[in-house]
Amino acid sequence: MKGKIHSIDTFSTLDGPGIRTVIFMQGCALRCKYCHNPDTWAVESPDARDYEVKELMEVILKNRPYYEASGGGVTFSGGEPLLQHHFIKEIFKLCRQEKISTAYDSSLYISSQVVLDLIPFTDLVLADIKQINNEKSQLLTGAGNVLNLKNIRILNENKVRIWIRYVILPSWTDAYEDLEKTALFIRDLPQVERVDLLPYHSLGSHKWKLLDLEYQLHEVEPPSSNYLQELAQLFSSLSQRPVYLA
Amino acid sequence: MFTQWQDFEPGRWMCEIDVRDFIQRNYHPYDGDDSFLSGPSARTRSLWDKCQELLRRERSRNGVLEVDADIPITINSHPPGYIDRDLELIVGLQTDSPLKRAINIYGGLRTSVRACRAYGVEPPSSLIDFFEKHRRTHNDGVFTVYTPEMRLARRVGIITGLPDSYGRGRIIADYRRVPLYGINYLIRTKEDDRDSLNKTMSDYSIQLRERISDQIKALQSLKEMAAAYGFDISQPAANTREAIQWLYFAYLGAIKEQNGAAMSLGRVATFLDIYIERDLEKGIINEEAAQELIDQLVIKLRLVRHLRTPEYSELFAGDPNWVTESIGGAGVDGRHLVTKNSYRILHTLQNLGPAPEPNMTILWSKNLPSPFINFCSRLSIKTSSIQYENDDLMRPLYGDDYGIACCVSAMRLGKESQLFGARCNLAKLLLYAINGGIDEMTEDQVGREMPVYEGEYLDFDQVMHRLKIQMDWLAELYVNTMNIIHYMHDRYAPENLQMAMHDSDVHYFMAFGIAGLSVAADSLSAIKYARVKTVRNECGIIRDFVIEGEYPRYGNDDDRVDELVVELVRMFIKYLKKYPAYRNAEHTLSVLTITSNVMYGKHTGTTPDGRKRGEALAPGANPLHGREEKGALAACNSVAKIPYKYARDGISFTFSIVPDSLGKSTAEQVNNLRGLLQGYFTKGGHHMNVNVIHPEVLKEAMEHPEQYPDLTIRVSGYAVHFIKLSREQQEEVIARTFYRRM
Ligand code: SF4
Repeated sequence: MKGKIHSIDTFSTLDGPGIRTVIFMQGCALRCKYCHNPDTWAVESPDARDYEVKELMEVILKNRPYYEASGGGVTFSGGEPLLQHHFIKEIFKLCRQEKISTAYDSSLYISSQVVLDLIPFTDLVLADIKQINNEKSQLLTGAGNVLNLKNIRILNENKVRIWIRYVILPSWTDAYEDLEKTALFIRDLPQVERVDLLPYHSLGSHKWKLLDLEYQLHEVEPPSSNYLQELAQLFSSLSQRPVYLA
Repeated sequence: MFTQWQDFEPGRWMCEIDVRDFIQRNYHPYDGDDSFLSGPSARTRSLWDKCQELLRRERSRNGVLEVDADIPITINSHPPGYIDRDLELIVGLQTDSPLKRAINIYGGLRTSVRACRAYGVEPPSSLIDFFEKHRRTHNDGVFTVYTPEMRLARRVGIITGLPDSYGRGRIIADYRRVPLYGINYLIRTKEDDRDSLNKTMSDYSIQLRERISDQIKALQSLKEMAAAYGFDISQPAANTREAIQWLYFAYLGAIKEQNGAAMSLGRVATFLDIYIERDLEKGIINEEAAQELIDQLVIKLRLVRHLRTPEYSELFAGDPNWVTESIGGAGVDGRHLVTKNSYRILHTLQNLGPAPEPNMTILWSKNLPSPFINFCSRLSIKTSSIQYENDDLMRPLYGDDYGIACCVSAMRLGKESQLFGARCNLAKLLLYAINGGIDEMTEDQVGREMPVYEGEYLDFDQVMHRLKIQMDWLAELYVNTMNIIHYMHDRYAPENLQMAMHDSDVHYFMAFGIAGLSVAADSLSAIKYARVKTVRNECGIIRDFVIEGEYPRYGNDDDRVDELVVELVRMFIKYLKKYPAYRNAEHTLSVLTITSNVMYGKHTGTTPDGRKRGEALAPGANPLHGREEKGALAACNSVAKIPYKYARDGISFTFSIVPDSLGKSTAEQVNNLRGLLQGYFTKGGHHMNVNVIHPEVLKEAMEHPEQYPDLTIRVSGYAVHFIKLSREQQEEVIARTFYRRM
């Protein structure tokens, strides 16, 4: 079986605990306005590369001593990694045999069956919440959030460890009522261990240009660090979870 | 038995010189954390303030505060010097005043004069006259016998940085012998050694008799030097303060007698801990007092100065002395060698602030206690002042009482020594292979004469074949050049005092080195996996290349090219070993550049990997910047593939990362840095310099150096004050890959 892979980073410390190999999968069905990786959207891309399961496992295994020493492992990201869940499942199964910890970072905009199917082999999910408000989600990502929230609840019920990721995009995701609702949603999910607030930055905008896409956020200023601290405090007191700023 | 040895666990060390045995029987491994540590005392703070003022003045005077051009330095050339007698617990300076640099003429008359003139002073003409007429110096000796071929090789830069015009250094005397045994005991042992020599007067025994006699004289001089400061070091040290003072005197004598490039300290922290524990036990000192003594020792080590020429600084930028102290590691019995004093000496980076000296080197073993690893990682993140070396890799070869000289050179203390040999330029050698030995920059015939490569496209097998011929040529020339240098160094600038703190029968390594490894390997990879077209100038010399297609690059954990790296290293040490080395030395090889990668690059033409003429080579064993595409670990793994057995003099890897890329919280960053180090060493890596810093901070420091006097970063194998680098070198450091996530 083959997976379509956009790129691999052998050293990440921001996508789950410890030192991790992050595999960025090609393809995504959402169209988030702040997306840093619009080059991962298309299912087919000349820059992506096919990897056999065995081939990717070789890459992953090369770094086993680092995972062991730091409590790290493998994280699938993207794009939307779960579009290629069959491939991920094969890799996760093998990682289990090798005692390498498994994680994926997903918008969870995917059929719940897929999520359930992966649960036995998944140690951690980095679950994105784009917008708690369904209409705003539609505007921000091109899709509603019903599936997303449902899948987070499913993960929670099945006792999968969850880290929530939430992008602070001024005037799109930082309205008080949205933050409050999101935090309260999280508070009720015991499986959520922590929340990463990711400040919006425009470093990905050049990629939009390269792809002839119209970047709509030129006017938006990245949030100031003071403001972020404030939000982090608010979020943490409402959700009763540790909040980290990336 | 000496009364000073009371309460120590007896052993063989009492009957003969055996510092290792003393340590093994007496040290207390410490498994706890850093919470016991004390801050700097008021006295230390005042003293360090005074030093900082001096350092500031030194910076404002172009890096050299004062030069004494009148008195050539020897162990007793200068009267005692002090910073502030009332504040100093550990005394002794190289000259009569702090940061004043003396001339060391035995290494080379011409060099000393040039160095003086570079700083606007002139040695007295009577002095110059005397040396010209009556006393040959090392540098002069070497050039008297150099062949035209050697001079040419040196001039074009295929072999450079050789210790033919400066002290070779890289010798670690076992300074601990002085506090443990006292000078008289050391003299007696040397006398016994001399008397037990074969009565037949062969070259060997005559030379050795002479050497040992000179060593005894040097020990006597050391005793006099200490006496001038009011201390009698003929007997062993009786307490902590004496132990540190005796040890420092031993080191001070060595840096007065020699201005070697690297004058390393060895492995003293755990040794000294034994004295501290004994005094703590007896209630003679408390923790504050122990830390105060270590802080004061480190202050002295930070003030070591030698007078250098500007050319020297181009090779070894930032005025380094490699006062390398090896910390931690494990014993052959499996116990780790971390003591509270391992913490104390590292803690000076906090008490006195970050600094390049002493060159703090952690000997990494999987047996190190976890709190200690966390402490080191935290300090690395905070100060970027620490390097790490793989003890589990070195211990089987050097036992558990070795030290690191300079950056990455291991040797058993007091039993082994090295003959240092800088490095040659492999990237240039590859161009010689293509151009039939003609230098691509000067167009001299330097290497073995062959026709220039004829085809339009470079063929891998043909280039490899040619490379082997040139490599054999270089190896022979390099070994012979080194033989001359070290013969003359022994003859005209011997390290009498340092060798007096060695066994009389020393095992020697002859340490060769290579620069440009990654460029040479990437070039071979381009030739093998892409198509490389040659571009000739009007004389038919190949000066440029057109690469058609892609090729795997070193630094991406890709065996296709990483194997070429290994092959180059393996081939070169094999050729070197073909040619016998002076003193029957064992040939070793390092992959280390110091900061000379910038200078070597300047003198190297365009290479088949696409690197342009004059561009810097990568430092040490690093991949060339910008060529690692698979992230930090892929680069680490590529470097870790170079087998230590082929490069026993060390494989230097400098790793720079922005803090955020190590994790979000300090706890995460510490955990991930230690994971990175442990993983790298499990993979077989030998050495890692760790910088945790934003390149933006470095850019800022380039513009406003006055605001960053203490900003310390690690370059290949040592640490420097960033602002002391030349602009070119600063730019190279910034251009170097910083791992970060976009
Ligand atoms: S889900 Fe991720 S990859 Fe897909 S559009 Fe949104 S930000 Fe981009």
